[in-house]
Amino acid sequence: MNALVEFFRPHLLPLLYAVVIVAVLPLIAGYIVLLERKIMADMQARLGPMRVGPHGLLQPIADAVKLLIKEDIIPENADRWIFWLAPLLSVTAGMLALAAFPFGPAFQIADLNIGLLFILGISSMGIFGIVLGGWASNSHYSLLGALRSAAQLVSYETAAGMAVVGGLLLAGTLSTRRIVEMQAEQGTWFIFLAPIAFFTYLVASIAETNRAPFDLPEAESELVAGYMTEYSGFRWALYFLAEYTNMVVVASVATTLFLGGWLRPFPGTTWLNFLDYTPPLLMLLLAGYCFYRTPRQPVKVQQGFLAAVGLLCLLLAVILALPLLPLAVGGIEAQSLRPAIHGGFWFLFKVFAYMYVFMWLRFTFPRYRFDQLMKLGWHFLIPVSIVNVMGIGVALVLDREAGWPLWQALVLTTLLTLAVAAYLAVVGERKDSAAVGGAERSA
Amino acid sequence: MVPTSHYLFLSLALFTIGVVGVVTRRNVIIILMSIELILNAVNINLVAFAHLWKQVSGQVFAIFIITDAAAEAAVGLGIIIAFFRNRETVLADEMDLLKW
Amino acid sequence: MLDLILFYFFATLAIVSAVLVVTRRNAVHSAIFLITALLATAGIFLQLQAEFVFIVQIILYVGGIMVLFVFVIMLVNLDVTLRQMQFNRGWLVGLVLAVALGAQLAYALFLGRNVQLTGPAGGELSAQNTEQVGQVLFQNYLLPFEIASILLLVAMIGAVVMAKKRI
Repeated sequence: MNALVEFFRPHLLPLLYAVVIVAVLPLIAGYIVLLERKIMADMQARLGPMRVGPHGLLQPIADAVKLLIKEDIIPENADRWIFWLAPLLSVTAGMLALAAFPFGPAFQIADLNIGLLFILGISSMGIFGIVLGGWASNSHYSLLGALRSAAQLVSYETAAGMAVVGGLLLAGTLSTRRIVEMQAEQGTWFIFLAPIAFFTYLVASIAETNRAPFDLPEAESELVAGYMTEYSGFRWALYFLAEYTNMVVVASVATTLFLGGWLRPFPGTTWLNFLDYTPPLLMLLLAGYCFYRTPRQPVKVQQGFLAAVGLLCLLLAVILALPLLPLAVGGIEAQSLRPAIHGGFWFLFKVFAYMYVFMWLRFTFPRYRFDQLMKLGWHFLIPVSIVNVMGIGVALVLDREAGWPLWQALVLTTLLTLAVAAYLAVVGERKDSAAVGGAERSA
Repeated sequence: MVPTSHYLFLSLALFTIGVVGVVTRRNVIIILMSIELILNAVNINLVAFAHLWKQVSGQVFAIFIITDAAAEAAVGLGIIIAFFRNRETVLADEMDLLKW
Repeated sequence: MLDLILFYFFATLAIVSAVLVVTRRNAVHSAIFLITALLATAGIFLQLQAEFVFIVQIILYVGGIMVLFVFVIMLVNLDVTLRQMQFNRGWLVGLVLAVALGAQLAYALFLGRNVQLTGPAGGELSAQNTEQVGQVLFQNYLLPFEIASILLLVAMIGAVVMAKKRI
């Protein structure tokens, strides 16, 4: 019995983290949906969901209850077994990929030697959920939507992989924890050393998660709902959960590789050490804003609610400020907890900032047509990514052999890649307008 | 420690099942899938010996085989699509244009 | 002890999935069982301390080749094939021959199961498997690597030409 306990002991903490992630993720995904609706409303000069609960905060609960009590409809000639399996595959692939990320120096389920490659591989398994779901629904819209979505995902996977390789060349390792530590050693986030790789990854990850402006396969005015057409109730909720989990996964990859993981901005410059005090100050500002707006609310309930949110922010500010004080409680130095707590805050902050950019782009740009989408992926992003990877490789060799400082070589690489990208964009424009002009002339 | 012979027996079992699939089925796509099974069996064999002798060349060879399998699957499936467009069938028995 | 349990789990999964691959009537079901067989094989690779081959198997085989297979199965999906015979006329002969081949190899393996083969000396598997594979691949096997890339280029062109509607 003792031997059994001793055997499982190193696995207890990762198991706890895994349970926390699997239990908390559906709730967080629901609230991200609410956040997106609120942000959409804000950008469209309206208020968003306000009825269910104060300021609409119970909306995700209401949505979840509605989806769970809906009738479970399976189309007539659908393949029942695959119809059941497909959403499961999507959700499993999404959640499994979260196992390799360090949400702070103390919260990681598994520090794999091949961490980043593992995440890319598991994300490519999510394609099966989409393809099999579309096929099993036995309906044209679903099949077409699934094929289009899978083609889009496969095309942009190459571009995303190349962009990740560009960042990996600078890091020199595949382990996610070591990548963040390498950024700490270099003293700067990799986004400043390889900006083209980051922006390529940004665009490719929007296409990878089927978000606008690349959401043709699931836009309502195009193919009804693509591969999700015949799914209703809880199965649809699983697909939706999978989509938002994928968003968190790609945001985490970008954060770990390009935005410094759990490090504060400019971790290497010592004269910016005052930035260490930013997390509690941010929370204090938020709390102050909540308390400032409390008396101006029209209804007593909303006043109480805003005061409660303000108190929550205050509590978080206190938790974030504690590791900055020279305390020692029960033998544990408060300062030693600072990397863990502040690291978790910075990681989540960056992930949410990346997802805010996703939502911002969704409500700003019109949708890409499918052939424009494929052209962008294959004719523009992949050549730019490949040139970028070659340039970073050459820059690293120049740094090691010829003694050029790394940042100079990388500036040259960025300029070269921008030149190639500009050339491709101009040539693409000319070909497009020639094709349109030719069609008009012949029509 | 799992003895290497266990891995070799597993590889043999997968190989035999793959051969049965190639020789017995009519659907050309399933024949291609059985060929993938055979290639996987060979991969297990190579990686088991790489583990036994602590050499990494077995793993490198396995990577080459996986790359080869990808190329072969792509071309094979292209041929199947081209044939299907002409003859509307994917059954190996019915692909008999060259028979006397 | 745990090694053996893991090995038997992956081995059973691989063999059962393989048998189901070659016996299903519906090609999509076969494809799904092939995916499980490939994942079990990847597990075996991981157990043999070959992490890079494990992840390459998942990215390329499961995430690439099997997606291609499922695409083609959906494109050539004929409901008619579901009602026809799925085994060809000479299935018994084929089965007997394949089993005979397997039995011969099994007998040879059984005779040699305790032989201590000594391979090339002085090898070692470092804990950084990816780095070691990369080093050996780009130092000792650079020419096969370049040939493999040309092979992939040829296969890509061939597949595009084959599947085009009008060349």
